[in-house]
Amino acid sequence: MNGPRRSRTARGGLRAGLLLLSALMALLLALPALSGALGLANPALAGEASSAASEVVGNASAATATPAPGAPKTTLADYPRIRGVNSRVLVWLVAQLHLWFAAFVLAVPIFVFIIEAIGMKTRDKRYDEMAYEFIKVSITAYSLTAILGGLLLFSLLVFYPQLTAYLTRVFKESMFYYALLFFIESAALYLYYYGWHWLQGPFAKWVHLTIGLVLNAAGTTLMFLANAWVTFMMSPAGVDSAGAYLGDPWAAIHNYLWNPINLHRFIANIAYGGSIVGAYAAFRFLTATRAEDKAHYDWMGYTANFIAIAALLPLPFAGYYLAAEIYAYSQQMGITLMGGIFAWLFIIQAVLIGTLFLSANYYLWCGMGRSEGAARYNRFIKYIVIVLVGAFLVWFTPHTLVLTNEELKALGGPYHTYLGPLGIMPAKNTAVNIMILFTALSFLIYRRANRVPTVSWAARGNAIQVALYGAGILNIFFLGIYHGYFTNTVYKVASSIPQVMTTLIVIAASLVIDAFIYRRAREIAPLRWGRIPDRAQYALFLLAIAFTWLMGLMGYIRSGIRQHWHVVGIMRDNSADAITPTLGFAANVVSAGTILFMALVIFVFWLSELGARKVQPAGYWQE
Amino acid sequence: MRQFFSVVAFTLLTIGFFAGFSNFGIPQIEPAPPPKEEKIALGAMTMEDFIALGERIFKGKGTCTLCHNPVGGRAPLLDQIGKVAAKRLADPRYKGEARDVEGYLHESLVKPSAYVVKGFGKKGTGDTVSPMPDVSGGSIGLSEAEIAAVIAYLQSASGVEVTVEIPAGAEPAAKAEKETAGEGRPLYASAEEAMRELGCGACHKVAGEQGEVGPDLTHIGAKRDRAYLRRAILDPNADIAEGFEPDQMPPDYGEQLYAKELEMIVDYLAGLK
Repeated sequence: MNGPRRSRTARGGLRAGLLLLSALMALLLALPALSGALGLANPALAGEASSAASEVVGNASAATATPAPGAPKTTLADYPRIRGVNSRVLVWLVAQLHLWFAAFVLAVPIFVFIIEAIGMKTRDKRYDEMAYEFIKVSITAYSLTAILGGLLLFSLLVFYPQLTAYLTRVFKESMFYYALLFFIESAALYLYYYGWHWLQGPFAKWVHLTIGLVLNAAGTTLMFLANAWVTFMMSPAGVDSAGAYLGDPWAAIHNYLWNPINLHRFIANIAYGGSIVGAYAAFRFLTATRAEDKAHYDWMGYTANFIAIAALLPLPFAGYYLAAEIYAYSQQMGITLMGGIFAWLFIIQAVLIGTLFLSANYYLWCGMGRSEGAARYNRFIKYIVIVLVGAFLVWFTPHTLVLTNEELKALGGPYHTYLGPLGIMPAKNTAVNIMILFTALSFLIYRRANRVPTVSWAARGNAIQVALYGAGILNIFFLGIYHGYFTNTVYKVASSIPQVMTTLIVIAASLVIDAFIYRRAREIAPLRWGRIPDRAQYALFLLAIAFTWLMGLMGYIRSGIRQHWHVVGIMRDNSADAITPTLGFAANVVSAGTILFMALVIFVFWLSELGARKVQPAGYWQE
Repeated sequence: MRQFFSVVAFTLLTIGFFAGFSNFGIPQIEPAPPPKEEKIALGAMTMEDFIALGERIFKGKGTCTLCHNPVGGRAPLLDQIGKVAAKRLADPRYKGEARDVEGYLHESLVKPSAYVVKGFGKKGTGDTVSPMPDVSGGSIGLSEAEIAAVIAYLQSASGVEVTVEIPAGAEPAAKAEKETAGEGRPLYASAEEAMRELGCGACHKVAGEQGEVGPDLTHIGAKRDRAYLRRAILDPNADIAEGFEPDQMPPDYGEQLYAKELEMIVDYLAGLK
């Protein structure tokens, strides 16, 4: 892939990405109207629904109307058991496996749509072929997602019948339309996949792309609806204090944490989908024997890694927004999230996110070996490594240490004299912003590897970029130190928003300046796709495994902060498993789930290439 | 096939590392079981008992002191609430229907937005919406009898006449005193246990420990009053004892301790004479 083509590609990708984002945002904005059209927010209908209970007893009079029933008050007997089956672990594993596959099959069509659009814009058939290969991988995973969804529903019906009945009562409308949306999504997916080679040509390609848009709109709406049921359990709305449904479906859907979860999952799915497809490309690269196959899968792996990193960069911000909203919704839930036993979960999270950032960067650095021109930048890599590892260690530093009394005496308190201050949130926010900035820097360096600029103002442009980075880093440090150590506890996290804005501005401005500097740049050494060490492919595997495991862990905390409530403050969990498990136990369940998921994913990968295998059984068929 | 097994081995090793770190690299804390629901016997209570119950709910189950405390500044202090209630009822910004102090307090607990003290409203609402939840719902879920007890305590603590009557009839459901809070940790049973768990003795001479990093607390109750002691725990740098350096004591004990535990420790220290 040469330089100018890459620039065109970037522009085409940007436009297509913006188009998709606009479409999804429009969908999000249109949801209230859509819900109105479907009767979800129709006050008249809401009134009918709320009076449904009274209609059961007939039309005698309004005075005899029965109020809507509240949330069930369960006892141990309301939770059926099956000998030899731990119901909580089973539901946990099935739900998590369903979510992993769902995240994958929702994300792949999003970037397949973008890659197809890039192919249309650049008229480079390789993009079209790669997009097709991506969707081929996800098509088998689609049926597995549906099977796991069915298994989850049956598990809930069997083991948590009261909760399932209650949620069905509140969300009957959205569950009904959720099932109908499956038809639209499935129809769009099959048309999109099987019609790929049929719908080719100037007009037909537009039709095909439109089907892709419908597929993504249906898939994203499905996810938003399912998110509503999950967030209702955390921040119930549309019901009274006893849990009685008030009859407005939109109020129950549009609960306090719905949009923060929607945003977080939307971005995380893209990063996750990228990482899984990256693992697929890495596996195919390792097993390929022909040079052109290696080149193809190297390019595919690079693209998948690019997608994963592009979505990974804003992900911590979306996560922070979600956590802040949880805090704003319920201070008690926020304290549960960030304190107590869950506080140590964030140290595990630090290890995983550190793994993600380091492996993504490592892959980029290995990829610089594709062009001899990259040798100019090799000397910078070691400094980026030092910064990334330093930032990771800050993130990894716990606040309060668990010590014996003797250790406490020796240390003079529960905090380490020098390292203790690094355990607080402002220090960690500073570290993560620096980590993101330097990952973006790795990408900038990679972009330049095989090219030299031809514009006359290149040196000045470069100086502006350096100044931007310098000023940004200074500002991030100033905000972190000032708010973290020189203000009242209440203002300690006040640095987060301006820090995030600084990081985003520096990255966006640097990328824009870079795009202009390298316009019509001269290629000094071609990028040789396929020339990358095998160990770089293991970085892609590491990315996929760490992502999967991290999603499982964060799923545990999202659910765990409800503590002994099915629906917080409304419906109490009175099962034998209402207790919060230890982090070690949760990690073991997540690990078992990850192994199961990886085994299924390998099966899916194998199936996706099975169709191309043909055997001619000599003498079997009549001639 | 070799590549396949290499990838499988790599995957299992990576997952094993994450699981191993989570099991052996961090402390395994056994969360407390969920709180059990018990009954409070109101029948045999005197008004003093009832006010004391209100205080316990205010500082414990009600989680009121999480925000209504002198340190965080998240919500107004309530030490004069009985005296200022009448002024608030006459304030044009008042949107409620209460006619007396008791009614105002009840309304503040279940409809907090009826009157929002200036500077304490939700951001962007111009102090018209309170960030406080309805204490009768959600995870706080106080019963009417518990709300009455809190009102009795607030009236008593702010030096006005206690007008609330102890509810008669059915005993209200209320959660046990040995309740877990936020992160699931059970309350410390005594000041000594709390101080032992928090490692106060590592720095102070107190409760049989001989720490020397911080001031000797053996007779602290003879020298300092309760307000000073409370402040010293919540905001350690507010007053630095002579001969000692600031920033030595962790500033977040206010976040680690539940209100009831804090008061238990203050009581204990105040008694060291």
